[in-house]
Amino acid sequence: MDAAQPAMVNTPEQVPQTISNRKRQTVIYRAFSYLVLSLIGLTMVIPFVWMISTSFKDATEIYRPNFFPQNPTTDNYEEVITDTALPRWYLNSLIVAVMTTISVAFFDSLAGFVFAKYQFPGKRAIFLLFLSSLMIPTEMLIIPWFIMSVDPPIGATWVDTYWGIAFPGVITATGVFLMRQFMQSVPDELLDAARIDGVSEFGLFWRIVIPLSLPAIGALSIFNFLGNWNAFIWPLIVTSDLNMMTLPVGLQFFSSENGADWHLIMTGASLSVVPLLIIVIVFQRYIIEGITLTGLKG
Amino acid sequence: MILLEWLQYPFVWSYQQTVEKLSLPKQKIFWAYVFLFIPLIFFLYIRIYPTIQAFGMSFYDWNPLAVEQEFIGFDNYAEIFEDVQKPALTSPTRAAFENTVKYVVIGMPLQLVLSLSIALMLSEIRRFVDFYRVIFFLPFVTSTIAVAWVFRWLYQPQHGLFNVVLAAFSLPTQDFLDSRGQALFSILAVVIWQGLGFAVIIFLAGLKQIPRTYYEAAEVDGSSRWQSFWNITLPLLNPSIVYLVVLQTISFLRMFAPVLAMTSQGDGGPLNSTTTVVLRVFREAFGTRSKMGYSAALTVVLFAVILMVTIIQLRLTTRSVD
Amino acid sequence: MRKGKLFTLLVLFVMLVSLTVGIQAQDDVVTIEYWQYFFEARQGAMNQLIEQFEAENPDIDVVHNSEIPYADFITEVSASAAAGVGPDVVTLFYGWIPAWVEAGFLVPLPQEDFPQDWIESFFSPMVSESKFQGEYWAIPTAVRALALFYNKDLMEAAGLDPDSPPETLDELVEMAQATTQYDGDASLDNITTQGFAAALAGQSHHWFREVLIRQFGGVPYSEDGREVLWNSEAGCEAFSYLADFELEYATGSNALLDGATNAFVNGLSAFHIDGSFRIGTINNNNPDLNYGVTELPAGPNGDRSTFGSYWTHGITRNAAEDEAKMEAATRFLQFITTAEAGTLWVNEVGELPAQLEAASNPDLLADPILGPFAASLEYARATFFIDESAQRQVLIDAYELVREGVDPCEALDLFAPVEQELLDDFWASQD
Repeated sequence: MDAAQPAMVNTPEQVPQTISNRKRQTVIYRAFSYLVLSLIGLTMVIPFVWMISTSFKDATEIYRPNFFPQNPTTDNYEEVITDTALPRWYLNSLIVAVMTTISVAFFDSLAGFVFAKYQFPGKRAIFLLFLSSLMIPTEMLIIPWFIMSVDPPIGATWVDTYWGIAFPGVITATGVFLMRQFMQSVPDELLDAARIDGVSEFGLFWRIVIPLSLPAIGALSIFNFLGNWNAFIWPLIVTSDLNMMTLPVGLQFFSSENGADWHLIMTGASLSVVPLLIIVIVFQRYIIEGITLTGLKG
Repeated sequence: MILLEWLQYPFVWSYQQTVEKLSLPKQKIFWAYVFLFIPLIFFLYIRIYPTIQAFGMSFYDWNPLAVEQEFIGFDNYAEIFEDVQKPALTSPTRAAFENTVKYVVIGMPLQLVLSLSIALMLSEIRRFVDFYRVIFFLPFVTSTIAVAWVFRWLYQPQHGLFNVVLAAFSLPTQDFLDSRGQALFSILAVVIWQGLGFAVIIFLAGLKQIPRTYYEAAEVDGSSRWQSFWNITLPLLNPSIVYLVVLQTISFLRMFAPVLAMTSQGDGGPLNSTTTVVLRVFREAFGTRSKMGYSAALTVVLFAVILMVTIIQLRLTTRSVD
Repeated sequence: MRKGKLFTLLVLFVMLVSLTVGIQAQDDVVTIEYWQYFFEARQGAMNQLIEQFEAENPDIDVVHNSEIPYADFITEVSASAAAGVGPDVVTLFYGWIPAWVEAGFLVPLPQEDFPQDWIESFFSPMVSESKFQGEYWAIPTAVRALALFYNKDLMEAAGLDPDSPPETLDELVEMAQATTQYDGDASLDNITTQGFAAALAGQSHHWFREVLIRQFGGVPYSEDGREVLWNSEAGCEAFSYLADFELEYATGSNALLDGATNAFVNGLSAFHIDGSFRIGTINNNNPDLNYGVTELPAGPNGDRSTFGSYWTHGITRNAAEDEAKMEAATRFLQFITTAEAGTLWVNEVGELPAQLEAASNPDLLADPILGPFAASLEYARATFFIDESAQRQVLIDAYELVREGVDPCEALDLFAPVEQELLDDFWASQD
């Protein structure tokens, strides 16, 4: 927003501008934007490239400051893929991420819809109750959760199960909050008109609010999906079988009492980014462009 | 299939007998509770109940390895109170509170302004938009531990990229993570860097919700770009801003993993200069000699602080929650 | 439809029968769970021992859980203990014993199976230093000591004889200065090859406590271990000696080259003090490194000392709840701590046997790499830690302050009360 200022300095206030003046400003403004975005973009890319390039260095070369490997090797990839359960960790992470993302997309939207569009006693209290779940560090909940997982209310044990890894995140307060914020912009008149047409309350949610909120739901799903690839303390505690661990937990095994095998960690981390990157590239247009405008017109 | 249809009759019947006889506002209340039922059960059982258990621990000399826990009343709180009065140099608890405040007060506004600027610029340009969006999202999809390691290299006192660049411009080299004065800001920069993509996307999604016709109308009225920003963009972006302010504040208050990953031994050093409340919670709870009761008490204090801050923020930013 | 149901019933019946049969067959087999942190060589060595043990004891089944990352070991043990599951026999660092005993997690080793005088005469002396409340709570397979690693190529490049490493503290300073290479004037910023770097977060805090202070004529703690004495005059001299490498002679810093350990392993540091476990890192990451090992340099009066430590095995309260389990755990513990197990350990893991008989094996003493470690066992001391991580942090912090320019004596005086408080807090809970 600060970037907008320089171009505005010589704008005569309240006087209608000529079209060409406005256009010239736009050109300057865009050029400026490209410059700044490229600079910031560079800082975004460098660490990332460093990570990838490290994954092609051998164990001794990673401690040298050269940016690109002098003797590029794919040994790290071979070692990580063949000597560890990485493919399996990959699969586990994927399953857990898909599970929670589907659940989050549905339940968070539903709860967000209620908070955005209904008035009922206890609304503020219940909303704060949901939010309050964010206010306690999950590091403190490890032990209560583990006790629960060893002797769960449903089933025999949650230890070493996908559900066990996933359950703390199947509904998220951040998501409920996000959906509430976005669904507030759905016009009440639209819902009331539909009610008059005999649409049920769930029908309002499913047939009107969801289509209008698809960009937000998309964003929420992506964030949730990506967030699952970073969580490690809880998945670590609730799994003891190497074949049930997730990728971030697995990466922990490359650090030992003797220090960390950074060439392997970088390789694992680089590998873990690939599917995420594909998702971002494929879906980013969809998330942001969305169909908000067409939805509102139709 | 027939069974299913048959089964729903009692429900349909009782629904018709009860809910449908209610007035419309009351029907809405009924459905609000029905929709919230599963999420509410989830939060109560999976989040709130363990939280209450953790709160309970704060009144005990709680040790996960022990069978019986000794009840000690408010002793853990008294100890925290004592610890925050000591100098930060020798009291990690005091340092943790001081640093956490710094992370929030500096980090949250900085991240907000930066991400909004980027989002505005992104919505302005016409070419390579996809390309830039993907680039800004890169840090967000990269694992925190890998990011931490890479930055430890970039921050290296000698051959680190940042110091090489400084030296190239004949500027004095810096100690970054190795100095008490700069370590916190060095970590903060990485956290902002990594979270930027998230905030940018939220803002972009919010910007997309603003109909272009508003701007076109403003342009016809002759309002400047800056006026449009103040009169149209900011007010209509309010839901996104509220969301980010509240959530980023909470997440800075709960800062943990980056400090664990970027400081030597994950100790929040040098000399407690980067440690945070949650890092202390983790360290005290799972150290050699567990002080989980003390950790729990720290958690309660943090919880109270976050709750207060959140309520104030919600009051200030959304005048009409209900 | 009918057929499907019948089939299902049949399957259920078969499952039920096999389950009951299974339970009956396993009736007299006791299952115990053993936990250690993940380290490939340790995992392999322990698998061998378990296989041998189960062959000899068909009535005991040992479940081996070593899939726990090193950094998260305590966290995982804590969570399992709180939930009432977890190990019956557990591997722990010796410095955790007092804390785990205080919590009631460990039970004393049965004296009839592990007689105290037997431990005291057959095991390395540092093992008996972990006696607590008149009992032994854990017993190791192997032990470790600190020694001086030196890079022969870098010594040769500096014109030193690669076969005569430093013998005294003064020689270490001289040779460290001689081997340090700079790109410009002699300051830390210009270092390309380090001579020696103190690493407080690594092993240097042990070197300071159990070696340097004693060599300068002091003691780290009072006899009963309840009082911090390292902020004495000797402590002051020792801490200055340690800090001078970085601050006075600029021979290296732990802040450079991703830490002193990595610098040595990657051939960028001439001297390094570390434990025998580091041999494995070198073999793994840089097998071409041309290095040697020698005993830690002698002090001004010619006396030697080293810090000894060990990962040890204890029996938990889980096992003690059940008589059969307790007996199985005891037998297992006896089996994995024999002299033979120690020999297997030295071959597989590279740590020294805890039993003196195996550690004084002439072949071992003659080994150019392991020999100096084995030789120093006889004078090795193990600090009695009550909270190992917190006590280490105190010295890390004191050193950081010295790096900022504070006088070493002042830094020690400032932080001694912090550790004293830890000790007081612990002993208050004991008395």
